[in-house]
Amino acid sequence: MSIKGKAYVVGAWEHPRREIPDLSTAQVHAECARGALEDAGLSLSDVDAYYCAGDAPGFGAMSMADYMGLKLKHMDSTETGGSSYIIHAGHAAEAIAAGKCKVALITLAGRPVGSRAGLGDGKGGAGGAPRPGGGGPGGGINEVPEAGFENIWGGSTHNTYGMCAMRHMYQYGTTSEQLAWIKVAASHHAQWNEHAMLRNVVTVEDVINSPMIADPLHRLDCCVVSDGGGAVILAAPEVAKSLKRPLVKVIGHGEANKGPAGGRNLDLTYSGAVWSGPPAWEEAGVKPSDIKYASIYDSFTITVLMQLEDLGFCEKGHGGKFVADGNLISGVGKLPFNTDGGGLCNNHPTNRGGITKIIEAVRQLRGEAHPKVQVPNCDLAIAHGTGGSLGVRHGSGTLIMERA
Amino acid sequence: MTDTIDRPQAQTRRIPAPAQNLESKPFWDAAREGRFLIKRCTACKEPHWYPRSICPFCNSPDTVWEESPGEGVIYTFSVMHRSTPVPYAIAYVTLDEGVSLLTNIVDCEMASIRIGQRVKIKWTPTEGGPPVFTFAPA
Repeated sequence: MSIKGKAYVVGAWEHPRREIPDLSTAQVHAECARGALEDAGLSLSDVDAYYCAGDAPGFGAMSMADYMGLKLKHMDSTETGGSSYIIHAGHAAEAIAAGKCKVALITLAGRPVGSRAGLGDGKGGAGGAPRPGGGGPGGGINEVPEAGFENIWGGSTHNTYGMCAMRHMYQYGTTSEQLAWIKVAASHHAQWNEHAMLRNVVTVEDVINSPMIADPLHRLDCCVVSDGGGAVILAAPEVAKSLKRPLVKVIGHGEANKGPAGGRNLDLTYSGAVWSGPPAWEEAGVKPSDIKYASIYDSFTITVLMQLEDLGFCEKGHGGKFVADGNLISGVGKLPFNTDGGGLCNNHPTNRGGITKIIEAVRQLRGEAHPKVQVPNCDLAIAHGTGGSLGVRHGSGTLIMERA
Repeated sequence: MTDTIDRPQAQTRRIPAPAQNLESKPFWDAAREGRFLIKRCTACKEPHWYPRSICPFCNSPDTVWEESPGEGVIYTFSVMHRSTPVPYAIAYVTLDEGVSLLTNIVDCEMASIRIGQRVKIKWTPTEGGPPVFTFAPA
């Protein structure tokens, strides 16, 4: 497949001003977006893909997407300096050609001149914190539009995920004991992983008796902090078939963003998986009950529970019952998950667990997981992740793979 | 709840001065006068939070500042017990206008905080900046 003729440039708009001392950098991005959309005869609600580079204030594409109220199926924040936007256009054409999105918005904006006169740092890209309180400096100027309103509350991964768990418990009756079963399952798997940080099998009681970190999450509801890393290689079918390794085929993918979205109808009991999952299932032509193994991002136990519900492995609100009684333990339950021990027990390299989710799914599909946790005849697997903060703004990615 | 940690009175955490930019400056200038502002779109009539110059719902640039009494209910919260000298409660409060915002709950026993509880704005001083919009039981 080529992009040739598969995508059109339908809108283009250049900001008329050369010195902008009176607007935030986010405002200038939004004015550019509006100008190009008006030129095209479209509006922000038509946009389903967004691309930006380091000049966009905030957290990758997500701060500006949330600022503008975008609901995305595709996003890209590739940074190659001034050439970024041309590369973005190519990536957008690829995504449109592949049917991943229909209307892609690319913006550039900055105020190196205007910011000299007034309040602004002229770029804004540098100040972005991935979550409230996640390292942004206090006071001063910050072009990240949400920063001043969110970075001051002592937000951390623990307490922003804790707020999700608290609401899920309130709304659906989920219990700490049910969440604990997720950690218990991970520990059963980690005992066989010689590289895992935490290899001791734990019980539900161990989890709920561990110290409270941020209500209602205990220490053992939290993932480990670790160094490390990983890499993954994708290749064309002819390359894959020329190699000596078992064939693992990508058959479906979806992505989405979720944020406070203007503060209306806030609902912290679901994640972006409700949007990244369906296109992946549809593209793959499979359903949750077909899946033999699941790598589910486990920054905290609640992360797993919500994502399982949102991907359709069980009904919304029934995640607590679904994960209980060892249902996620390989060889015991119906849905073996994170057989490497996951982030909860194995590792969480530089606080980013997405790549290890793919890696263990590949091991399972190749039949190369530890024999004690290998799923028999594992021919279909999912790797799914949430990045950023479940409780504030996050990106959601779903990948479905099949053994060929 | 299953934890056995002794929950102290919610003290006010030392809150850093909020960062500002040209778009948010009017909010913080009003905060110094004790006025709590939200933004409303004159095209679709919807309020939104955090305040933007462009409506995140209908794309209109016609948004205006509106003073809010700062009353609402706790949507969810989490009390942070570790890595902090003073336990504190982060929360989302849904204002009576219908928008939810991230904040801290102050001036109460931490163990008494509940989802659905009515709260009212309580301006809390910051270190060298304008006061910020914490909330306390109404």
